[in-house]
Amino acid sequence: MPYDPGDDVVVIHQPREGAASGTFRAFAATLKGLKMTFSRAVEGTTTIGYPEEKTPVYPRFRGRHKLHRFEDTGLEKCVGCSLCAAACPADCIRVVAAENTPENRVSAGERYAAVYEINLSRCIFCGYCEIACPFDAITLGHDYEMADYNRSDLIFTKEMLLAEPLERTPLRTPDE
Amino acid sequence: MSAPLYAEIGYFEPWWMQIAKALAIFLVVFNMVPMALLADRKLLGRFQHRYGPTRVGPFGLLQAVADIGKLLFKQQFVPRDSRKWLFIAAPIISMVTAAATLAIIPFSDTVDIFGVKTGLYGVDPSIGILFAFAFGGIAFYGLMLGGWSSNSKYSFLGSMRAAAQLISYEIAQGLSIIGVIMMVGSLSLVDIVTWQEQNVWLFIPQFVGWLVFLVAGFAETNRPPFDLAEGEAELVGGYFTEYSGGRFAAFFAAEYLNMVVVSLLFTTIFFGGWDVPFWDQPNWIEPIVVLAKMWVFIFFFIWVRATLPRLRYDQLMSFGWKILLPLATLNALVTAVLVVVLD
Repeated sequence: MPYDPGDDVVVIHQPREGAASGTFRAFAATLKGLKMTFSRAVEGTTTIGYPEEKTPVYPRFRGRHKLHRFEDTGLEKCVGCSLCAAACPADCIRVVAAENTPENRVSAGERYAAVYEINLSRCIFCGYCEIACPFDAITLGHDYEMADYNRSDLIFTKEMLLAEPLERTPLRTPDE
Repeated sequence: MSAPLYAEIGYFEPWWMQIAKALAIFLVVFNMVPMALLADRKLLGRFQHRYGPTRVGPFGLLQAVADIGKLLFKQQFVPRDSRKWLFIAAPIISMVTAAATLAIIPFSDTVDIFGVKTGLYGVDPSIGILFAFAFGGIAFYGLMLGGWSSNSKYSFLGSMRAAAQLISYEIAQGLSIIGVIMMVGSLSLVDIVTWQEQNVWLFIPQFVGWLVFLVAGFAETNRPPFDLAEGEAELVGGYFTEYSGGRFAAFFAAEYLNMVVVSLLFTTIFFGGWDVPFWDQPNWIEPIVVLAKMWVFIFFFIWVRATLPRLRYDQLMSFGWKILLPLATLNALVTAVLVVVLD
């Protein structure tokens, strides 16, 4: 059966070609275009001046990691179980655990993370570490400005992750 | 009309006044070039919903200075197979011819400065507009030689396009102001402005002439939508493909200076020059009026650049020869008949 487009075809009538009508159409179209660009100019800009103005992030935005402490005791939440490292698809987390002693109590559990490093140049910010953690010790924050000059500077140690991060990124208000 | 001799005008300018005038006009108008460059980038941004340059200086106001400074410190590369002295001379020709037209733009009538009567214009030659067209004719050597002496096929194609385009549109442009010359009865730009001051701004009776001059002006300055000589999509950069550093800056500045000069010519020939309608303006405000009117046209140039896509080459040629040239001729004919009948 031959293809029959039926009623779906919209026939476009080409404007008649001619010097006078063609010139007039070109002139009218030019004016229309000028009006169009001018109205775009008065609308203002849609781009933002980035380093001064920043796009606000959503509350569940996955940025740089943070490690947490208990607010009352000041002990670290991380117990060095390495579940985050096991969950990490990019293999960027390194945890070396050590035993807590009564003299040196770092975390609330039996052990603590003596070394906790995240290689942010490998991290894909999937958030699996956050999901894997049984104590909510690691979460992903809102900071996305992590550019640096050296690869080695992108390996974040436990002290850097525990430190109160600079709030450089605006958070979106609920109605935005 | 015979040439106004110094004896007829009744005053003679001392040499220091001529030098002071030349310096003042050149410095003021040449400083419009970086401003036009900045306005181009800022306004193009606004027309496309973005800011344009904002980094250099407050609001990016020093961007043009940074652009020029960067170009001047770059290596001035000369291709091995180029015709060296022509290659070096071409941007200078472009620059000089663009600046030469400034000499005849009138900014005000004769005024008293420190007891010396002088006209606020470089010279007022009796050939007036022809002077501008003569230098427009030489200006295309800059493009032509620049492209040819680079010994590169893209430069050559660009300069060939530029040559054909400039010659075609120069005819339409020249014919479009014949109506003006017939109505005023003089080629001198000062006479044209004085006539407009006494009668009516010439864009009203010479509406067709004005439109043709406007479109041809776009083509003459190689501004979009007539920037086929540049054609960066298909010709890399057109006639200045092989240029770099200060010589490229010279071509670049010449393009913007041409835009400034053509805007000044529009103002002078069709929009009353220093005249403000319905107001007997003081002399000191007249140069500002001329520059303000010029900026309106520069804005229009940028506005059109943001709007229209580049023409195809055959469209360019058929538009110039089949539409603009007959229109300009018709305009000259009708004006001639009307001038004879109404007188």
